[in-house]
Amino acid sequence: MEASLEQKYNFDVVRWFTVMAVAYLVVGAAVGVYIAAELAWPALNLDIPYLSFGRLRPLHTNAVIFAFGGSTLMATAFYTVQRTCGTRLWSDKMAWFTFWGWNLVIVLAVITLPLGLTQSKEYAELEWPIDILIAVVWLSFTINFLMTIATRKTSHIYVSNWFFLGMMVMIVYLHVVNSLAIPVGLFKSYSVFSGVQDAMIQWWWGHNAVGFYLTAGFLGIMYYFVPKQAGRPIYSYRLSVIHFWALMFGYVWLGAHHLQYTALPDWTGSLGAAISIAMIIPSWGGAVNGMMTLSGAWDRLRTDYVLRFLIIALAFYAMSTFEGPVMSLKTVNALSHYTDWTIGHVHSGALGWVAGISIGAIYHLMTRLYHTEMYSVRLINFHFWTATIGTVIYIVAMWVSGIMQGLMWRAYDEYGTLAYTFVESVDAMHPYYAMRTVGGAIFLFGAIVMLFNVLMTVRKSLSEGSLNKARALPATA
Amino acid sequence: MADKKTKPKTFQEWMEVNIWGLLVVLALVLSVGGLVEIVPLFYMKNTMEHHTYPEIVWDKVGQEPIVSVDENGQQQWNWKTGEGIRPYTPLELAGRDVYQREGCYLCHSQMIRPFRDERERYGHYSLASESMFDHPFQWGSKRTGPDLARVGGKYSDEWQRQHMRAPRSVVPESVMPGYPWLDDAYVNGKKMQRHMRGLRMVGVPYTDADIEAAPAVVDGKTELDALVTYLQVLGTMVALDESKTYRD
Repeated sequence: MEASLEQKYNFDVVRWFTVMAVAYLVVGAAVGVYIAAELAWPALNLDIPYLSFGRLRPLHTNAVIFAFGGSTLMATAFYTVQRTCGTRLWSDKMAWFTFWGWNLVIVLAVITLPLGLTQSKEYAELEWPIDILIAVVWLSFTINFLMTIATRKTSHIYVSNWFFLGMMVMIVYLHVVNSLAIPVGLFKSYSVFSGVQDAMIQWWWGHNAVGFYLTAGFLGIMYYFVPKQAGRPIYSYRLSVIHFWALMFGYVWLGAHHLQYTALPDWTGSLGAAISIAMIIPSWGGAVNGMMTLSGAWDRLRTDYVLRFLIIALAFYAMSTFEGPVMSLKTVNALSHYTDWTIGHVHSGALGWVAGISIGAIYHLMTRLYHTEMYSVRLINFHFWTATIGTVIYIVAMWVSGIMQGLMWRAYDEYGTLAYTFVESVDAMHPYYAMRTVGGAIFLFGAIVMLFNVLMTVRKSLSEGSLNKARALPATA
Repeated sequence: MADKKTKPKTFQEWMEVNIWGLLVVLALVLSVGGLVEIVPLFYMKNTMEHHTYPEIVWDKVGQEPIVSVDENGQQQWNWKTGEGIRPYTPLELAGRDVYQREGCYLCHSQMIRPFRDERERYGHYSLASESMFDHPFQWGSKRTGPDLARVGGKYSDEWQRQHMRAPRSVVPESVMPGYPWLDDAYVNGKKMQRHMRGLRMVGVPYTDADIEAAPAVVDGKTELDALVTYLQVLGTMVALDESKTYRD
């Protein structure tokens, strides 16, 4: 039955996105480890413009968010929508356009960002010609997804697809508005907005790149892959409805909490913080919904390597969706803003939740897309521990350094003068920056092991001929 | 395959069987937060302090050139330090372009918060009007290095140059990259005119004379000159009155 699906569905484009996602995970994490090392040992900037921190940091964020995250989303969305709608992708040609277009965007990012061609808006650095390409490719992804649902063979639209669709619509809004700029050269433009309005629009984008791209999209993954892997239905339908609509309505408001105590009017920041607090409820509802799907089958965690990744990801999701609202509170934000705590928070979400759920979903996909067992289960278990330990070392280092920075900046001595100069706080960060590099390197090592395992599985499938056999079977089921 | 003809019992179910309905409802729900938080910032007068305190903006903005150059190459400044917020000169703008290109905003904020320690470390808290001509804003989100909103005049030009070329030669604990290549690149006057015209289209009030003077102002200047000039103007445009809060 499984095998005949090869003719019914377009799995080729899913396979390519899946393998590219793993390759980009390695690239993005490698750049991350390098720039982490630059902060610990600044001589690594080598006085070369293309390798300096300020140019490579956008490359790191773009590689992990858009190359790795994007490829994962496109692989899983195209897979999930076909499986849950019981129909082939609306257009194969359009799907391949999405694949090549998205990879072209990534190649252009790798070229332009080290050259210093940037709009200098965080996570939206790419210059205007690339922004236009992104918009076109994203619309092709969205339209194909929508039309596949419109031509579905099932009656109801499955919850994963709601989340994917919410992400797609919101990213269209965000990308179009935040990237509005006046070109003054082929690769130079200025935002049409300035100052406080530009700041609000940037963080409306910035937080929702996290809230929709990296959360709603990956919740779409969670709602399909957790029940599928566990072999039981999602714990509560009602909870998923609440989770979905609360997230769609609420997350949009959160951007303002990035601008607490700045020149943004107080009402906007307070509104952002108030909704941020409220978001704990749907977020935890969603995390509980995913985890409780395993209720009665917890023993599977001992043996099922995919479930282990999915569940640890949900644990990190619950943790960082609690941490985020806490950091949006004005009193906490006064300390945490501008410090490494924010970086730690982002990485508990990015490494723990986003990468965790992606890796689980990708291992699940590999066996189904290549019709064979993984090359090595021991290497997957090894990957699980390197990913988890690397992430924990990273976020602990950033908690300590972030809180320490915040406290040192505001410390007074007994004479009522500032206790530390700024550079003393920089000096104090060195051990934690080194520790963060180590944590990141451990995570990177696990990602390299994963890439090896994935490529060997592809090779195994080719030499066994299992993929070809699956393709040859008639599509009767 | 469930029966498609069964009537949906709830609104939720209606959306679950009707993709276009779901799409429209989603598009509406997703737009609320952004509209409520962003749109008022464009028209509420108390968002920008200069609506209440017009003196913080230079009174000749858009009417007289900030700086012009006569036939002998002598610069004539119509604006003096502290006279109020104004657009950047061509050289400052070139420096700001370098600041953006090198990703300085990733480690340096330009937004001082209203806390005692920030006041003592960096100066008066930042006002929204101070970045009214900043396309895009450069408030930043991280202080791996110190805030730069009022760094202008804190160090000498020569210190800034040395610090850019080799940061650890003046601050041993610094983790900043060196920028030796800025010494070798020259600012292009024609390009700066193009940049100024672009900014004028999105609302920065440059006069024709400002744009005309650009090649003469930046002639022979390196990117390092430009960057240092930009850093030295940060926070010096307006002399804020310590007795006023400027915010409601």
